[in-house]
Amino acid sequence: MSYLDYSVERVPTGWRKVLYLNWPLVFLVTAVSCIGFLMLYSVSGGDIDRWAMPQMERFVAGMAIMFGLAFVPIWFWRSIAVVAYVICVLLLVGVEVMGHVGMGAQRWLVLGPIRIQPSELTKIAFVMTLAAYYDWLPIEKVSRPLWVLIPVLLILTPTALVLMQPDLGTSIMLIAGGGIVMFAAGVSLWYFGAVIAIVVGLITAVMESRGTDWQLLHEYQFKRIDTFLDPGSDPLGAGYNIMQAQIALGSGGWSGRGFMQGTQSRLNFLPEKHTDFIFTSLAEEFGFVGAGTLLMLYVLILGFCLHSALTNRDRFASLMTIGIAGTFFLYFSINMATVMGMLPAKGSPLPLVSYGGTSLMILLMGFGILQSAHVHRPR
Amino acid sequence: MRKSQREIAESSRLISRRVLMLGVIQAAVISTLGLKLRSMQLEHAEEYRMLSDGNSIKIRLLPPARGLILDRNGTVIAGNEQNYRVTLTREDAGDISTVVARLRRIIPMNDRQAAELITEIRRRSAVTPVMVADRLTWQEFSSIALNAPALPGVTPESGLSRSYPRAGDFSHVLGYVGPVSDFDLSKIENPDPVLRLPEFQLGKIGMEAKLEEPLRGKAGSRRVEVNSAGREMRELSRQEGQQGATVQTTMDARLQNYAAQRLGNESAAAVVIDVTNGDIVAISSSPGFDPNKFVRGISSTDYKELMQHDHRPLADKTVQGAYPPGSTFKMVTLLAGLEAGVINPGSRFFCPGYIQVAGRRFHCWSKGGHGTVDAVRSLEQSCDVYYYELAQKVGIDRIAAMARRMGIGVRHDLPMSAITEGIAPDRAWKMARYKQEWQVGDSINASIGQGYVLASPLQLAVMAARVATGKEVIPRLVRAIDGVVQPVPEFADLGINPLHLRTARGGMDAVMNGSHGTARRARIVAPEWQMAGKTGTSQVRNITAAERARGVISNDQLPWNRRDHALFVCFAPYEMPRYAVSVVVEHGGGGSAVAAPIARDILLFALADGLPPLSAYPDGERAKVEEMWSKMNLMPEPASKTARAKA
Repeated sequence: MSYLDYSVERVPTGWRKVLYLNWPLVFLVTAVSCIGFLMLYSVSGGDIDRWAMPQMERFVAGMAIMFGLAFVPIWFWRSIAVVAYVICVLLLVGVEVMGHVGMGAQRWLVLGPIRIQPSELTKIAFVMTLAAYYDWLPIEKVSRPLWVLIPVLLILTPTALVLMQPDLGTSIMLIAGGGIVMFAAGVSLWYFGAVIAIVVGLITAVMESRGTDWQLLHEYQFKRIDTFLDPGSDPLGAGYNIMQAQIALGSGGWSGRGFMQGTQSRLNFLPEKHTDFIFTSLAEEFGFVGAGTLLMLYVLILGFCLHSALTNRDRFASLMTIGIAGTFFLYFSINMATVMGMLPAKGSPLPLVSYGGTSLMILLMGFGILQSAHVHRPR
Repeated sequence: MRKSQREIAESSRLISRRVLMLGVIQAAVISTLGLKLRSMQLEHAEEYRMLSDGNSIKIRLLPPARGLILDRNGTVIAGNEQNYRVTLTREDAGDISTVVARLRRIIPMNDRQAAELITEIRRRSAVTPVMVADRLTWQEFSSIALNAPALPGVTPESGLSRSYPRAGDFSHVLGYVGPVSDFDLSKIENPDPVLRLPEFQLGKIGMEAKLEEPLRGKAGSRRVEVNSAGREMRELSRQEGQQGATVQTTMDARLQNYAAQRLGNESAAAVVIDVTNGDIVAISSSPGFDPNKFVRGISSTDYKELMQHDHRPLADKTVQGAYPPGSTFKMVTLLAGLEAGVINPGSRFFCPGYIQVAGRRFHCWSKGGHGTVDAVRSLEQSCDVYYYELAQKVGIDRIAAMARRMGIGVRHDLPMSAITEGIAPDRAWKMARYKQEWQVGDSINASIGQGYVLASPLQLAVMAARVATGKEVIPRLVRAIDGVVQPVPEFADLGINPLHLRTARGGMDAVMNGSHGTARRARIVAPEWQMAGKTGTSQVRNITAAERARGVISNDQLPWNRRDHALFVCFAPYEMPRYAVSVVVEHGGGGSAVAAPIARDILLFALADGLPPLSAYPDGERAKVEEMWSKMNLMPEPASKTARAKA
């Protein structure tokens, strides 16, 4: 279906688009971000300039970008999907060649004053490409092996590049995000069963490879796995974060210790209290009420996204929405599961709450495209 | 490529089904998260709360070493010394009285102290270490360490404590540090946690207080594993703190030492300023006190003695003391008159010994009068009537404005406590202060630095420096912080006619070197150090008509605290000024007899950078000076300088 097929005359134009935005979603995103500002203020010990203020500035900029993107017709994204994908792959190669090594991994690409993390951009671009692919592909061919192989390659190319950085977390996110789009597009369930079987096999192989010449992961990644399996084994080393996070989180109780009263995070037990472990501070200071509220807000955001996808008859827009919402879901569930000790610590931010410019910008860009899909849906 | 309606419907149906399945999976994941949260925060909250409160890993702060304070040549004037102390933790001690009794066999402690200590230990939390004694000798310290098995809960520790190697020389300017009190904490918003350490010391007064921030440094931390009783088991990691910044002052320790000894037991103050850059090379208030006593916790008898001393050793007279400047103020009045154009350097007034104004008689200090007096002579002989006449012509507002230009009545910003602004009174000031009109008599009093005029010794030194240079010399005390030399500003020109300045300086020269100079006896005879100065004697009481009728009583016959203040300001060398000095001796008597010799001696020491050759003194003074030197216990010359001199 080309853009000529849309009932263009019935799609809102100009400033009237404002009326057709998914406003509940805008408010929910703002609400979650506000929780983020509050927590950043708290973990900085009341120093607003440390984290809260820069984050607010980026949020304002990100919201502007979101509204800007919402006004761009959705069919524009479909037409540039392939170009965006190619650029992202090139950027990932660029990181490999000349990237800045930070935190033991090459993730940043420095272009003059701008530092970009191409792996974050890729998350959006390749969802876009997959959605465009399935929009183009006749439905009856969706599950044919050859037509399944193409999206698999589309997913694995950037994944392989990200894995070389090495960034296991993002690689898994990319595979899972792509999987969600393929799943929504209607690829036969048998394929997914097969992939899960292969993954289980691979994990076994990786664990077996430890200590041999063909070791498949870095030692620090193995350590994280160990720690995950038994955090008590090394409470002062790698398991330290997880132990302290759980103690902080659990000690919050029903209503928490009160704003700015968190002891664990205040005493610097938590080294990454403003990024990956911010959820523990929220849970400690506002208890189950606070943590549960945040979880509910996330569920509501997810709900509005999926509802928007279900009511959109345009296949590209619908798949795009599902892909972005799916990535969002992966983000917050992986982060929460990590700090609660259900997954190995792997350094993933809590979406819209953790301190960090790139992650916030990319999320708001994603929501911008999602809004665009909502505004320009066929009527 | 166009999609049919059928295809669109098919796509929507497929997506709906898959989204539903996705939704179910996501709902399952989120439910798991929610349940885990519920389990941790609601069902097991108590366990985690206990773990959190009794966390077996504690962060202990490492207090930073306080920054050193140096003199201009690098001599340490405030440093840190090793301090051995002993703490006791109730939890581990068991029977406290037994342990304390055993401790008393090693550390001398009277019954009252022991009782107080036991109360203090019982009052504090069982796991908090309480300081038992500090500043132990190495012998006491090691014998406690040796007897550790018999002294459960007792921990010998060593740390740093402030010390002032020059004792009383710098007591007022440096101030001192002391333990952090609750009152101190209440004044600080969001206090640094290191302030809560029991042994931590905070700048209380003087430079120690004013430069607290750079001097304090940054605390380090250690992560230690503690057992359930709170006792450290082992250190896990350590992050060293950062020592406070080293502050190099502009003061010269040897000159400061000389000045302190020269002032002796007088209640007095002396300030020496390098006029070329505003460096305060000495700033001494006498009598001093030993700041080390305050660091260690001064005993009540010592403190009472300091408080009751009638010479007020705790007051910093150099910047806190505001005195009527007396005749040292005459340069200000003279310059105000010359600049206003109401007189010129050659203008004369006739001094019959007094003038009659508004029905009141104002006396010159010389009963017989000075006859015809011009500007230079008015300073040389310190004729009062000249200034009475001048004040009526020029008016108080212009005198006050000139005083402020010269640094009197304005606050000089130095890192010292309670710096006074002094008073340069004018009409508006009197109206605001007393709701009264300014009277001619007020101007006449002010013209010779009496009445409402008040200046600190620092301000008088600044005035002398400004007269000497014609520039707006700004005093400073800090030369460098952490090796970063503070820039010396290019001083602005005061904008006073050079001829007028030369007249004032010529008058000051005549005071010392003129045949009738009031301070001729205190002159310097070495031509390369030729000195110019001005005496001042300021009354602290009104002479009643009855007293005057009986004849003015000489100072010696009065009780000490009713005698006149003796003041002196000076600079040298006359041709190319280097140092300006002010000296105020409270109730010292006459400026020329008491203050001028002190100022001269300090000035000579500064110029010679050590004891000057006797040949710089007038013949008649040499024997007296030599005797005075023999009684002094001066700081030795720095080794490097002796070596340089030999080479």
